[in-house]
Amino acid sequence: MATVTDTQHAPHSHKPSGLSRWLTATNHKDIGTLYLWFSFTMFLSGGVMALCIRAELFHPGLQFFQPELFNQFTTLHGLIMVFGAIMPAFTGLANWMLPLMIGAPDMAFARMNNWSFWLLPPAALLLLTSFAVPGGAAAAGWTLYAPLSTQMGMGMDMTIFAIHIMGISSIMGSINIIVTILNLRAPGMTLMKMPMFAWATLITAYLIIAVMPVLAGAVTMVLTDRHFGTHFFNAAGGGDPILYQHVFWFFGHPEVYIMALPAFGIVSHVIPTFARKPLFGYTSMVYATSSIGILSFMVWAHHMFATGMPATAQLFFMYATMLIAVPTGVKVFNWIATMWEGAMTFETPMLFAIGFIMLFTIGGLSGVTLSVAAVDIALHASYYVVAHFHYVLVAGALFSLFAAIYYWFPKMTGKMYNERLGKLHFWWSMVWFNVTFFPMHFLGLAGMPRRIPDYALQFTTFNEIASVGAFCFGLGQLIFLYNMLVSIKYGEPAPQKPWEGADTLEWQIPTPAPYHSFTEAPDLEVAENGAIRAIKGGQHH
Amino acid sequence: MMESSEQTHYFVPSPSRWPLVGAAALFCLGLGAALTVNGLGSGKVLLALGFTILIWMLFGWFGDVIRESLNGVYHGKEDMSFRWGMGWFIFSEVMFFAAFFGALFYVRTISVPELGDITHKLLYPDFSAAWPLATGPGITQHYEAVAAWGLPAINTLLLLTSGATVTLAHWGLIRGQRRQLVLGLLLTVLLGASFLTLQFIEYHHALTELNLTLSAGAYGMTFYMLTGFHGLHVLLGTIILFVVLLRVLRGHFDEHNHFAFEAAAWYWHFVDVVWLLLFVFVYWL
Repeated sequence: MATVTDTQHAPHSHKPSGLSRWLTATNHKDIGTLYLWFSFTMFLSGGVMALCIRAELFHPGLQFFQPELFNQFTTLHGLIMVFGAIMPAFTGLANWMLPLMIGAPDMAFARMNNWSFWLLPPAALLLLTSFAVPGGAAAAGWTLYAPLSTQMGMGMDMTIFAIHIMGISSIMGSINIIVTILNLRAPGMTLMKMPMFAWATLITAYLIIAVMPVLAGAVTMVLTDRHFGTHFFNAAGGGDPILYQHVFWFFGHPEVYIMALPAFGIVSHVIPTFARKPLFGYTSMVYATSSIGILSFMVWAHHMFATGMPATAQLFFMYATMLIAVPTGVKVFNWIATMWEGAMTFETPMLFAIGFIMLFTIGGLSGVTLSVAAVDIALHASYYVVAHFHYVLVAGALFSLFAAIYYWFPKMTGKMYNERLGKLHFWWSMVWFNVTFFPMHFLGLAGMPRRIPDYALQFTTFNEIASVGAFCFGLGQLIFLYNMLVSIKYGEPAPQKPWEGADTLEWQIPTPAPYHSFTEAPDLEVAENGAIRAIKGGQHH
Repeated sequence: MMESSEQTHYFVPSPSRWPLVGAAALFCLGLGAALTVNGLGSGKVLLALGFTILIWMLFGWFGDVIRESLNGVYHGKEDMSFRWGMGWFIFSEVMFFAAFFGALFYVRTISVPELGDITHKLLYPDFSAAWPLATGPGITQHYEAVAAWGLPAINTLLLLTSGATVTLAHWGLIRGQRRQLVLGLLLTVLLGASFLTLQFIEYHHALTELNLTLSAGAYGMTFYMLTGFHGLHVLLGTIILFVVLLRVLRGHFDEHNHFAFEAAAWYWHFVDVVWLLLFVFVYWL
């Protein structure tokens, strides 16, 4: 068995071209690229919906949209950003970078990898075309709470099946990530030495496999309640609408960390690189990530304080939620300690990473505020909650994604991005993000409810500020798109290692990364956080 | 067989059209299902098309994998990937069932007792929090529950026996005794088919004589959803084992190289364990 037959080499000797390169891809870099462009497209579509929401909320009263359509926008904006933009973007980055960072030839299941991706466009199509069916798209909020979701028109069914398809996609993508990390690390790349990004995606993938099937179960119950006469969420037959909330949030809370942990992984590489110091407290970072992975299953009912539950349960979920602030705090302090006395420079990835730390911490602290059951009852479903989760999802997940794209752009494309435009993109986003979302804290504290197209007059000024901020923020993302498109074509050629402080494996191979990297596994000598001390062997073509 | 730790090369398949075909299949299935549940006729056509494409894809894709396996491109590391992958897939299935078991435990310990307590007397004066739940404004039919110690008990025996026969087949495989392997697999497939037949009879009995349907309140919905999804998994497991049997008859697999067999066996044991939980919590208690 030890003789390697030549059939294994033959298919790789040339790079496929044309459309079939993308349609039939088994190359992790091609599939990663597909994921990233898809997620950016979804980011723009979800962004347009957000701007529709902000346009309507610019003034009190109804301007542009009827409440029904407004609700469809809030619902689809959430679903598309979560399942179409953020999650696929992280999966795309994992696809691109994991094999390069751990010395694997590709993802463990290269064909299934392509299926994971190609399931996403059909699901997105189902979601987007549901606007055109009678009754319009789903309008129950992205959480699809029963009994709203057990009513409504065909758009809800399309959403349910879209969620099933996206669930299959992310479960397969996650199996791929886990198996690649557990089985395909190059010799020397041990678990307690491997890059934080690998650790973060490993735990994230585990969370996805654990909770996406639960979401599938929840929406299946919605479907049978709608069409097959079951009473899961209907008290008339012994069921309970609150059951939906429990099942949904058992998925929904780990989902929050599914969108946060990969961001932690990215920042744990960008900060050390531009501080030119090793990551402070690597081992504690690993343990913090793992403990977030475990704790995230024990806090779901903090989304339901206003729903009503026994006081003991409220206390349990409140304290368990506060407990998550500990490992998260460990991470924030470690990043700060990494920068301490570092020789820092502030290229675009570093700016986004530092912006991430500042704003994610604000979002984390408003999260701790919301975890206090007594406070949450006043703030539940208010704009304070909207402010909170946009601080962790936009300034958190999205900023880390921008950091990652700028950071790895040279390795992916072989070109340098335009640094001036990158910095402009950062400062533009940083300013207008805060203009958009910071006033929402005040709106929420003053009592403005979320998911409402109209509001009382006293909320006008802050809503106007937020709407102006949102349009400027949205416009600023075109700077990013322009920078990417122009730099891919006309950017200056990038060296093998454009960042002085970068020390992980992907910077040890040529730029742009060869189409097939590490077709033979290298022998590595690795320090913590995937820093390469010595490399022997390893082939690319 | 090469140790996976010594292997420096890993098989990466060449470009394949099957994933794209599979995506087209699921799109047809998703849209077709959405149209069908809303009573739109074109949905059924799309569903049929989706299933046809899906089956075509499964034959094509698994065909490729089997050919690669026979050509000897899979070694220790690829084999280990398959094993990890199957394990995590089964874990995802466990979590899917967990959602429905969660719903069962929730209605039995929280929502039904609560609807029967004093605070709900004004709303539902005739409600009695018994299990199986027979009263409630949404329950319009009189029905009876399925008894545990009839067909379900026999089905428990069938599945437990099939767990033993698949192990018998496994022993035959690793000891190179093909007759024992074939016999064990054949018995397992037959036991699976018998289980499905008995479940069909049981469903028929429940629907026609016990008047038990999906819409028969909390009992009916948890009964059919849990046993129904489990039945689908038994069906799938039986088909997988049957395909493995066909491959055995064609001379595939040897003492070292038989991941497909083990994956089928793992899946079968998983289905078995789910059934035991079903028997205890759906039929018995």
